[in-house]
Amino acid sequence: MNTLILRTFAPFLTTLMMLFSVFVLLRGHNEPGGGFIGGLIAASALAIYGISNGVPAVRRAMWAHPAHLAGSGLFLSGLSGLPPLFYDLPFMTGLWTTIIVLGVEVKLSNIVFFDIGVYLVVLATIGGIALTLEERED
Amino acid sequence: MADETSSSSSSGSSYVDVSVAYVDAPIEVIDYLVVFPVIGPLIMGALCLMLRRSQHLQPGLAGITLAAVFAGNVALAARVMADGPVFMAMSRWHPPFGISFNADALGVFLALSASLVALVCTIYSARSVDSDGRRYGFYPFLLFLTAGVSGAFLTGDIFNLYVWFEVLLISSFGLIILGNAHAQLDGAVKYAFLNLIATTLFLIAVGYTYGLFGTLNMADLTIQIAQTPDAPIGTISFLFVFAFAMKAAAFPLNFWLPASYHTPNIVSSALFAALLTKVGVYALIRVGGMLFAGSFVTFETVLVWVAASTAVLGAVGALGSSDIRKLLGFLVLSGIGAMFVGIAVSTPVGIAGAVLYAVHSIVVMAALYLAAGVIGRMTGSFQLHDVAGLYRASPLFAALFLILVFAVSGLPPFSGFWPKVLLVRATLEAGEGWLTFAYLLSSFIAMIAIGRVWLFAFWRDARKGGSSSGAVMALDEGERRAYISPILLLVIVVVGLGLVANPALELAGQTAVGIIDPTAYITAVSPVLP
Repeated sequence: MNTLILRTFAPFLTTLMMLFSVFVLLRGHNEPGGGFIGGLIAASALAIYGISNGVPAVRRAMWAHPAHLAGSGLFLSGLSGLPPLFYDLPFMTGLWTTIIVLGVEVKLSNIVFFDIGVYLVVLATIGGIALTLEERED
Repeated sequence: MADETSSSSSSGSSYVDVSVAYVDAPIEVIDYLVVFPVIGPLIMGALCLMLRRSQHLQPGLAGITLAAVFAGNVALAARVMADGPVFMAMSRWHPPFGISFNADALGVFLALSASLVALVCTIYSARSVDSDGRRYGFYPFLLFLTAGVSGAFLTGDIFNLYVWFEVLLISSFGLIILGNAHAQLDGAVKYAFLNLIATTLFLIAVGYTYGLFGTLNMADLTIQIAQTPDAPIGTISFLFVFAFAMKAAAFPLNFWLPASYHTPNIVSSALFAALLTKVGVYALIRVGGMLFAGSFVTFETVLVWVAASTAVLGAVGALGSSDIRKLLGFLVLSGIGAMFVGIAVSTPVGIAGAVLYAVHSIVVMAALYLAAGVIGRMTGSFQLHDVAGLYRASPLFAALFLILVFAVSGLPPFSGFWPKVLLVRATLEAGEGWLTFAYLLSSFIAMIAIGRVWLFAFWRDARKGGSSSGAVMALDEGERRAYISPILLLVIVVVGLGLVANPALELAGQTAVGIIDPTAYITAVSPVLP
């Protein structure tokens, strides 16, 4: 789409939505949010960038094919269910640990990695479909 | 336990004691075998997707994964045979709130056969699927399909069953359009549309079930339904029967199968013919035979008619086709009819016959489709009036095909014989003599139909009939190893199931007992049911 306003604002909007999607992804454990909704927001960021600046620009910016991204997301999600195996707990049981990064307490669990995997799968599949549809329009 | 929950909630404190929501029973590492057939292919499929550029690695990765899944299923089956159903609550959440996997004899028996066929198809595909097919993701789809099928067989939660239906459906969409030929898209649209209707009906039925009983765990549901005699379960079980019959391609909901199964590449056809319809049959046995056992009697008359007409019309359709792949598709249908015969009778012998027939059909139909692929490769055609002279070109292949012909027609001493005996016995014991007649008639017609393939393609001299060129290309050494050895593997299983029938008969008997009297299935879960 060739309007000056959209083309000027799209990079800011995309950046903002990407940041927001990560925020939504990470707050998802106890509050509304999570991997799925975060992935949707990120995918719509890609779609907006694709509408304003063309699909090739988005594909260059993504540096990985959507199929690779979706595959790595699924891989991560699948693996994140396995650690309980070593603690005699059922598949996908949440395990928590606290680490200190730069003096800040960070609660880390395999659930976070599961959510990040879901985020990648949703981002890549919905984003990939959106980009393909936009490509056809040109 | 119940007191603790109510006191903590009534005190109004924000603290919730989540430990009551957890299953405390310890898990052994070996219990992971129950999720491995799902999670293994899922993770490795994702890895194959990431390795899209390294196509040469994919067949090996898929083969190793499926071999491991097969080995795991053997171990799981041994465990189920010895100790009864194996249960695992995902994330420790208490059933019926959390999703649980519950592998009983029925699920494990079918998962084992499915993983065998998936493995053999992978071996066959190493040479037959070209780089185009690989680039479009044949191996990821194959692995996801296996994950979906295994999940459907092993899950203990009816909504989760729906999810695995979707997983295998979407992977099969991917496989069916691989290659993008016009005929494929045509078949895929029919396949996709009718299957989506079936899954939607399934979902609606699941919704009603949840509304009525407030639980979706199969063990819990079995108890709840038995305790609620006045619930309108007739409607729900009709929706389930309709959806699963459509999935299983039973007449009159069968039109998608002959329209689509001959269009994709032959390995995908073999996988579809072996696995997809059997998931529908499995779901019908599980939901109809176990969950809604009481109201199921209402549908007996309908099911009897469905069974007889599917069996006979499938066989007649096979007799009327000239494309070998289409002919095999109709034979799949006829087999579905046979399984429905057992389900309709729904005595222990009938269920055992249906399950054993499902296992036999999984192995034999996969082998027949793969063999059809070899026929196509050697003669360049799938048309009955074109193919000829294969006996002279490869006597070994002709012998293997003849065994498969006998097996699929239910002749002794091959795998089709024992389920046939069980089904005939079950129908006679139930006093449904005409059903016996319809079933035997269908398998007689099927024998003529598939025997015709052998006569035309193998026995007929290439010079007297067949294609105008009359040329049959013999397979070279590498091709023989790549194509004939997987078929040989399946034929060995077919002969083994026929000659050493006792273990399979025993396992099938155990599945039937487990369906008719699901106490063991429930007690695997019930220590943790609230």
